[in-house]
Amino acid sequence: MKVLVPVKRVIDYNIKPRVKADGSGVETAGVKMSMNPFDEIAVEEAVRLKEKGVVSEIIAVSIGEAKAQDTLRTAMAMGADRAILVETDVVTEPLAVAKVLRALVEREKPDLVILGKQAIDDDMNATGQMLAGLLDRPQATFASKVDVADGGVTVTREIDGGLQTIRLALPAIITADLRLNEPRYASLPNIMKARKKPMEKLTPADLGVDMTPRLSVVSVAEPPERKAGIKLDSAAELVSRLRNEAKVI
Amino acid sequence: MTVLVFLDHEGGVIRQASRSAIAAASQLGDVDVLVTGPDAVAAARSAAAIPGVKKVLQVTDTTGSSELAEPVAALLAQLAAGYTHILATSSAMAKNVLPRAAALLDVQPIPDIVAINDADTFVRPIYAGSALATVKSADAKKIITVRASAFEPVAAEGGNAVIEDVALPAGPGGSTFVSTELSKSERPELESARVVVSGGNGMQNGENFKLLEPLADRLGAAIGASRAAVDKGFVPNEYQVGQTGKIVAPELYIALGISGAIQHLAGMKDSKVIVAVNKDPEAPIFQVADYGIVGDLFTILPQLEAELDKAG
Repeated sequence: MKVLVPVKRVIDYNIKPRVKADGSGVETAGVKMSMNPFDEIAVEEAVRLKEKGVVSEIIAVSIGEAKAQDTLRTAMAMGADRAILVETDVVTEPLAVAKVLRALVEREKPDLVILGKQAIDDDMNATGQMLAGLLDRPQATFASKVDVADGGVTVTREIDGGLQTIRLALPAIITADLRLNEPRYASLPNIMKARKKPMEKLTPADLGVDMTPRLSVVSVAEPPERKAGIKLDSAAELVSRLRNEAKVI
Repeated sequence: MTVLVFLDHEGGVIRQASRSAIAAASQLGDVDVLVTGPDAVAAARSAAAIPGVKKVLQVTDTTGSSELAEPVAALLAQLAAGYTHILATSSAMAKNVLPRAAALLDVQPIPDIVAINDADTFVRPIYAGSALATVKSADAKKIITVRASAFEPVAAEGGNAVIEDVALPAGPGGSTFVSTELSKSERPELESARVVVSGGNGMQNGENFKLLEPLADRLGAAIGASRAAVDKGFVPNEYQVGQTGKIVAPELYIALGISGAIQHLAGMKDSKVIVAVNKDPEAPIFQVADYGIVGDLFTILPQLEAELDKAG
């Protein structure tokens, strides 16, 4: 079976983002960019399903600027077989991304789409659910365990207060949570091999999707700074301060 | 304007975080609420008692399908005709359902808002709270989740709303509820606890998390964890405080053996008082902590308990 895995190029999770002086957004020029960490987990899961013999082909997709092809090469170095870049300079919102993905799902007919649960730039946590809604297909978000068998998939999901297990018929949409797996590092030979794997380039217009954002950014600002407090020498002093100064115990 | 709030409950008791969503909704207009899931009848009764709620819509269902995203999203999309805004607290349930409903309505959702400027304009954190974006929606309807810590919850009692039954439409099918396994805990919920005691990488293993229990018991605290501690499997994911876990803002937050990565700070830096204990004097957590102790948590923790006992 075929799996589609969307991946997003974002500011590396180790970098502290800086708000632009004009308040129009966050500075990305000259900043280290990487694959969204939850998307790495999604790619890893697809690769593991392929290694188990469940999956025959993995297609990585990215929607964004031309440089997103670096992210697609990373996905192919991890084990994706081919890639599709849908190139746009517009800010990508989950609704528009889900529409692009719907068009690609209709073309490629994958049995599963596995996405990261959330991108660490806009923190929207919506694309997978929206894609499932647009396609009218079953969804399992925040997956911590995925088991494909007997023509369906059983997914354990992280919910508030515990875990939920649901069973989905294929084709289905899954979003990956933190504990689903630990993504592998791409080895040098695999990085070299990935350079030769096929990458198709499309535009949103090719797929008939209007990317115009529905949310316009009025301003972006630094959050109020929290000031560092004081260092204490003992537990006794801490308890006394919490009681008499902060009055919280 | 009338706003619909999708409520979360536990065993029929409306979660405090959902009352924060009602507080946000009241800034926009009249408030109706929707309750689904097991114990929806009890939940509808507690929802009807919340001041400011005009009407409670209840879905009674015993098949487990009201725990699935597909039919609940279809219901929200159907109910949307009567409302300008649909809100919920940023719970796992709402995050599962609301974006799907938004897609059915061709609306871009606005997750995790911390302020309402007007009916179209909202403030929400991006990049794990490293920046605050003010966004204006061009959609006719707004689908919104609310960061509970940013809105003071409305009272639980004092109202008297009418209750109406609504039926769950058939979803696309293809998904079946199998089971739910809730972690048993006598402790307060992370998101509404007055005190949170959290452990990080410095706890070294899951077994050591038990060492936090006497302190948490002493303070009536919820126990939390950093993403690193969850990543390493010390504790389950529902303990996670941070960008990808729960957002908390208690009166007192005690961080033990937590370095203070941006990811974690995003989940707790709105706490009123922050205490950090860490061996590393350079740990970023000290840049946000009101009170810090540089030292080994395994030494400090028993001392802290002894001091609290002494103080009575």
